Amino acid sequence: MAEKIKIGCARPTGGSVGEAIQIVNEKSIEKKKEEKMIKVGQKAPDFTAPAYQKGDFINLKLSDYLGKWVVLCFYPGDFTFV
Amino acid sequence: MSVDSIFVHKMWNENELSKMVKGGVPYPMMSDAGGKVGTIYGIYDEIGGVETRGRFIIDPDGIVQGFEVLTPPVGRNVNETLRQIQAFQLVRNSKGTEATPSGWKPGKITLKPGPELVGKVWKVWTTDKAFD
Repeated sequence: MAEKIKIGCARPTGGSVGEAIQIVNEKSIEKKKEEKMIKVGQKAPDFTAPAYQKGDFINLKLSDYLGKWVVLCFYPGDFTFV
Repeated sequence: MSVDSIFVHKMWNENELSKMVKGGVPYPMMSDAGGKVGTIYGIYDEIGGVETRGRFIIDPDGIVQGFEVLTPPVGRNVNETLRQIQAFQLVRNSKGTEATPSGWKPGKITLKPGPELVGKVWKVWTTDKAFD
């Protein structure tokens, strides 16, 4: 699953979970930006992100969790409530 | 996931969260500097520079089954999230033969969609079932 080294920055991988990344030209990226919205019943956008878990710094990828139910929660900031 | 660094996540877990939850938070606390991931999920507030309270339920195939987004001052209802996961799991296990009507929670009746149910929902489901 998640590897334990090389902490990078969070970034979308550009594809959906479990799907190959498509290479597209800039024009279609712009168009895609307008169309891209989260919709229920469709694949979640994949991403990679650094994380802290049980004493370790790790890098994880949403697609590592294929086969499991995932609750992805965003919140405004640490030291506030969740 | 928030815009805080993993270092701040560590401090928060050690200094506060571990006092609320024994052993601290067990799941990954992700960092999204600049809100890049929050942006593609449509929940990043560019003006405030923070993520809003977005919550996504993603099934084992990577499909978004449900989401909820709240502005920062109002917290989530964890029980409702758990109820939704239980409902989505029931539907998935039934391979789509069962559906959970309004107010469903474990133990309450499910519906079996099909031609024979059309116009007959009133016989098996009453409005009081929408409430606890």
